[in-house]
Amino acid sequence: MEKFTVHTGRAVPLRHSNVDTDQIIPAVYLKRVARTGFEDGLFAAWRAADPDFVLNRPEYAGGTVLVAGPDFGTGSSREHAVWALQDYGFKAVIAPRFADIFRGNSLKGGLLTVLLPQDVVERLWALVEADPSTEVTVDLVAREVRAPGVTEPFELDDYTRWRLMEGLDDIALTLRHTDAIADYETRRKPWLPVTQ
Amino acid sequence: MARTMAEKVWEEHVVRRAEGEPDLLYIDLHLVHEVTSPQAFEGLRLADRAVRRPDLTIATEDHNVPTENILLPIADPVSRTQIETLRKNASDFGVRLHPMGDIEQGIVHVVGPQLGLTQPGMTIVCGDSHTSTHGAFGALAFGIGTSQVEHVLATQTLPMTPFKTMAVTVNGTLPSGVTSKDVILAVIARIGTGGGQGYVIEYRGEAIRQLSMEARMTICNMSIEAGARAGMIAPDETTFDYIKGRPHAPTGADWDAAVEHWRSLRTDDEAVFDAEVVLDAAELSPFVTWGTNPGQGLPLDASVPDPADFADPTERAAAEKALAYMDLAPGVRLRDVRVDTVFLGSCTNGRIEDLRSAAEVIRGRRVADGVRMLVVPGSMRVKEQAAAEGLDEVFRAAGAEWREAGCSMCLGMNPDQLKPGERSASTSNRNFEGRQGKGGRTHLVSPLVAAATAVRGTLSSPADL
Repeated sequence: MEKFTVHTGRAVPLRHSNVDTDQIIPAVYLKRVARTGFEDGLFAAWRAADPDFVLNRPEYAGGTVLVAGPDFGTGSSREHAVWALQDYGFKAVIAPRFADIFRGNSLKGGLLTVLLPQDVVERLWALVEADPSTEVTVDLVAREVRAPGVTEPFELDDYTRWRLMEGLDDIALTLRHTDAIADYETRRKPWLPVTQ
Repeated sequence: MARTMAEKVWEEHVVRRAEGEPDLLYIDLHLVHEVTSPQAFEGLRLADRAVRRPDLTIATEDHNVPTENILLPIADPVSRTQIETLRKNASDFGVRLHPMGDIEQGIVHVVGPQLGLTQPGMTIVCGDSHTSTHGAFGALAFGIGTSQVEHVLATQTLPMTPFKTMAVTVNGTLPSGVTSKDVILAVIARIGTGGGQGYVIEYRGEAIRQLSMEARMTICNMSIEAGARAGMIAPDETTFDYIKGRPHAPTGADWDAAVEHWRSLRTDDEAVFDAEVVLDAAELSPFVTWGTNPGQGLPLDASVPDPADFADPTERAAAEKALAYMDLAPGVRLRDVRVDTVFLGSCTNGRIEDLRSAAEVIRGRRVADGVRMLVVPGSMRVKEQAAAEGLDEVFRAAGAEWREAGCSMCLGMNPDQLKPGERSASTSNRNFEGRQGKGGRTHLVSPLVAAATAVRGTLSSPADL
């Protein structure tokens, strides 16, 4: 996983609440078995149906910070939603609320999801709509989002922040505790079912 | 200290706890399907890792599978590759798989309980958000992403930050014709699609206690639609009766020890939940959705709302967008909304009781002209049972299509899809834009409403027939 410390890039305003994972990447794109190349599926239905959809507008091309409304990422557990955002070039998503599974997936995969209050999101929308070349900085080290006239702290637990800054793979971290896992297995209830 | 059921199950599964780190939780059962697992198995291969506990892992083919002509090769080469990939992965890593054509094949959340693999007090995960279904047994069950699937395959554990707890209490008795699907749609409409974020919901109260296991599964299934990772119901005699005698249920002295333990799981009387919601069962009625998220629902007796009536600007904008997509005008009676398709199935409502209740409504009647009704059993066992009871003939005689088991039109990954502009009444769980096919419009309903709607052609309850 790529390390995340400080990222500065242009922002894309997505003025929708409840952006579900079926919108982020429709199910038809989930049939693939590869881990990369999902950028064509990102918001595929909205990109196809609406020429004015924000990702179709040239002034927002190359944006790397998505700024969305509340309850972003509701619905299915598909991690493809995170992969599609990353493959398209996004490094961070800012929203007032995220669905739990999407948030977990994003922080596992190195896509930084930043919780900011609705009024701050509104200010960021206004800024980047007035001037699409506006740059937004997402600073994980200082746990702060900065843009012209905006300096806002955000919360993220120390452990997740450390893991993202180090670019660490959870599995490798857990495998350091194999003895504890084996020990737990000796204490499991004897009647628990096995599949084989 | 008094604890909730969720906290008890959590504590029993802590492998390692360290200050400033997530708890490392042991996972008792890992359910696997073709869509969210290929990249996880590939990750294991690349790192030269094995599956730690193939004996706590089981796979089935469900999301992608056709529901017709299942003995022929899958026509869509991309779907076929994904199914073949799961078969190779299961074989290479020693994971038990129930492929298409196998009598135990079906939707992963139907298969686990019917095999008796889902039991109280367990931790259960799957790369699918509707894993919350298994909470109906008093298990802590939640959906995970593909990175976590790989993590569980490799270590049989997950690092997790504790959830908060929410009690949803449904007092009283449900009126006739009101199902657990109506209860959960009403709960989601009340607390919103984000209302459960960060919580495990425990459903309690007289109306919940009176539900069958299958009806309880319907409620817990849609916890995720309220934003909650998991939903739980305390195990009781209904739970034990359901599990006893199933292929993987404990037997003999093990059964007695298990039941004794299961009884201890219920939330202590003095335990405090972080949030509480109370509903009166007597006030509930058949519920349908009018919008494009599961929180946008109303009683069937109501009319399409006017976005101008929403005080919250975000909700107003969402309602405007939803009505434009759904092609509905404010003030239209929901009973006057005409559908093209009725879908009976999914991990929410694809079990035998769902098929029975819909068949009772449809028996001796005909699906309305111009309406297509698709009946897709949740598993091959459900299909077999339904056929043994003659339900297949009831549906066929009414003009419905009787299919093989799978996720089917719930998410339209297989050929069962709505065409652009088509409208469905669907017993599934999500009415998102394009969920059942690009440009398709979905109204979420109970099996009873689905069946009555099929007969009348407009959103209806059996009382309208």
